[in-house]
Amino acid sequence: MKKDYSIIIGGAAGQGSRKAGLIIAKIFNNLGYNIFISEDYQSLIKGGHNFSIIRASQNKNSAVSKYADFLLALDEGTIRKHEKSLKKDGLLIFNEDKIKRNKGVGIKADCIVKDSCGIPIMCNIALIAGFSKLIGIDWKFLENVLKKEITKEIDKNLEIAKKAYKGTENLIKIDNLKIKPSYLLTGNEAVALGAVKAGLDIYYAYPMTPATSILHYLAEKERDFNIKVVQLENEISVINASIGSSFAGKRSMVGTSGGGFALMTEGISLAAQAETPILIISSQRSGPATGVPTYSGQSDLLFTLNSGHGDFLRFVATPGDVNEAYYWSGKLLNLAWKYQSPAILLIDKDLSESTFEFDDKIINKVKKENPLLWKGNGNYARYENTKSGISPMAFPGEKAVVKGTSYEHDVYGLSVEDEDSIVLMQEKRLRKFKEMEKEVDIAGAVNVLGNKKSKKAIIAWGSTKGVALEVAEKLGLKLIQPIVIQPFPIKQFKLAMKGVDKLISIEYSAIGQMEKLLQSYGIKVDKSILKYDMRAFKVEDLEKKLRNI
Amino acid sequence: MKLETNIINTWCPGCGNFGILQAIKLVINELGCPKENIVLVSDIGCNSKIVDYLNINSFYSLHGRSIATALGIKLANPELKVIVFIGDGAALDEGISHLIHAAKRNSNITVIMHNNRLFALTTGQFTAVSPKDMKGKSTPYGSIENPINPLELMLSSNATFISRGYSSKIDHLKKLIIDGVNHQGFSFIEVMQPCISFFNNIKFLNERCYEAKNEKLDSKEKAMSLIKEWNYDEKGKIPLGVFYKINKPNFEAEASKHITKDKKINNLKCLKIHS
Repeated sequence: MKKDYSIIIGGAAGQGSRKAGLIIAKIFNNLGYNIFISEDYQSLIKGGHNFSIIRASQNKNSAVSKYADFLLALDEGTIRKHEKSLKKDGLLIFNEDKIKRNKGVGIKADCIVKDSCGIPIMCNIALIAGFSKLIGIDWKFLENVLKKEITKEIDKNLEIAKKAYKGTENLIKIDNLKIKPSYLLTGNEAVALGAVKAGLDIYYAYPMTPATSILHYLAEKERDFNIKVVQLENEISVINASIGSSFAGKRSMVGTSGGGFALMTEGISLAAQAETPILIISSQRSGPATGVPTYSGQSDLLFTLNSGHGDFLRFVATPGDVNEAYYWSGKLLNLAWKYQSPAILLIDKDLSESTFEFDDKIINKVKKENPLLWKGNGNYARYENTKSGISPMAFPGEKAVVKGTSYEHDVYGLSVEDEDSIVLMQEKRLRKFKEMEKEVDIAGAVNVLGNKKSKKAIIAWGSTKGVALEVAEKLGLKLIQPIVIQPFPIKQFKLAMKGVDKLISIEYSAIGQMEKLLQSYGIKVDKSILKYDMRAFKVEDLEKKLRNI
Repeated sequence: MKLETNIINTWCPGCGNFGILQAIKLVINELGCPKENIVLVSDIGCNSKIVDYLNINSFYSLHGRSIATALGIKLANPELKVIVFIGDGAALDEGISHLIHAAKRNSNITVIMHNNRLFALTTGQFTAVSPKDMKGKSTPYGSIENPINPLELMLSSNATFISRGYSSKIDHLKKLIIDGVNHQGFSFIEVMQPCISFFNNIKFLNERCYEAKNEKLDSKEKAMSLIKEWNYDEKGKIPLGVFYKINKPNFEAEASKHITKDKKINNLKCLKIHS
């Protein structure tokens, strides 16, 4: 049987369970295992309960299991919450200076840290080291991983690790698969990197979970990437500044979540009217309103597709893993510029903050593509009435008068109110929308995975891809994963539906928004599996539900 | 190249905006920078139609958002001279947060606030600078709110250039705008103007506006005393001129410091650093 381990590590906020989870994942990754990490944290800074679930497997899984092989507890709460998930032959590893248990393996983490004059958060290193010894990791191997992952006080951390390592018995041996480790990225990091590859110049944001880590990541790397990263006073300012930058010829991007996205919608409408390219990353969390800020959801789908007042199209793509997130972030930035249009990358917390293996071959599939530019001849007309509806761009500073506007306008960007001028410009945009439709109704707009011959198909979009794929493969079902959802690639979707007589939709929504969307295109969903506790599906739970259909 | 467009001007005859349009035409000709490096950003309202009348780069933004758009333009290309035309309603009601933050971060743009003391294009409702008891269509029995003093707001928001002009004093206004545009930082120019149709205070403004002298441009105290001379009520004289001017690093220059022209991004290298 293929090896497949599930590890839960938890503690109170501030105990460093997330970082510890990442280090454990790196250990397994260096042993050649495929990695997926799901993060669960609350909307608080200290206390509460945070945990990571690490899946380390020989298969390319990107979903979490209901059961754990190892449970690493930094506090009592972790054991209480997750004890029931631990398999019968699973192992419990805990800080025995904080927690009393008769079973499992206790590590004197507090004592070791104190003894080395460390700070309390370093207990996580003691736990990692004890765990590593327990599963048969060589000290040298562990030391190398720690040296790479720990940036502060490495000597003290190594001293603590060494003591915990020495003080723990070896019980089992996890095989080294001898496969080169992969790059591990979160969805948000992939989104940031993809946009940078496609020529991002400026990132604007106002902090909002779960998009905030895009801002943090790009701010930290702004010098490496040679880009400007700016936090402004609110999302309204963010979107309007972004439009200003695009008008002046620089590629900009913004990131937010539902509530912030709602504030941005007047800007989406402006970008459509002014024909100014913008890329918006909208990472969904549970709603309505403030909802449950640090948990995932897919309930902004229809809102996103209809965001902004007026008749216009926007590109909307919904990647399902880091490779797709990287690719579509870059692709949408290029499409926004090619069609001088708003583009929205719709993701969710589980994609934004989960860690996946990244296939670095994707990097070569994304590059900065040149938009249609003015050649510098004659009188420049910003909204020249072309056959394709796409007017060449020029930017302030060139030998042209460039006039962008929120008003209905003539070809020069001057305000108009008469019928003929309005119709002319509306129809110019309509021709452009037709081109946009053609652009995306191509292979790759809808993914067909799993057993392609099955008559029974699952529809999954966004972060549900991973769990749906694993279950589809197990049960021999077809998986249809829409990636582009506006303009809706109807031809591609019909192709994907060939031979399917039963369609089951999986969504993190209480009302089934994808089902409603498909219905509007004449595609009937036979059965909907809706989940709205804002937690990701566990593989076993989804499997059970699908077996019953 | 002609400075005017062929668009028919739709301002009411006698509107204060004509004076501001005349002043900005003089500014464009006298500023000494290539015309293609000027970007006019307008908001929504009678004042904002000004960009339709000028054959100069422009972005006709959304209501209250022109300052945010202007910041984006300036940050994208710090070589451009970015001038915002905004009404009192947009600057102080719909978009007040953008105004305060642009001043606070010393964004290197010029904001010309046309102050006719009400929303005019929507046919006359009170704004944050309308006098108390003003009768408008939304306040038929008189406004119950007191006005704020926008220049005091700008001073406390750390604006580095604060001034006031009057639409009937075109030459004075022209000099103010040139001074503001050349200022390396956030420049705020309030322009008093009558609204001929809904709030015709031309007599009041003619009687009270005067060109004030200020030899201590870097003094907050001096600025405050000039600003407080008129508190948007019926009392006192209305000083015009530059009230405050200091030099500070500006936002766009600071935010662009690390940018190098040679734009080589090695994503794979970043991935390796990352991993």
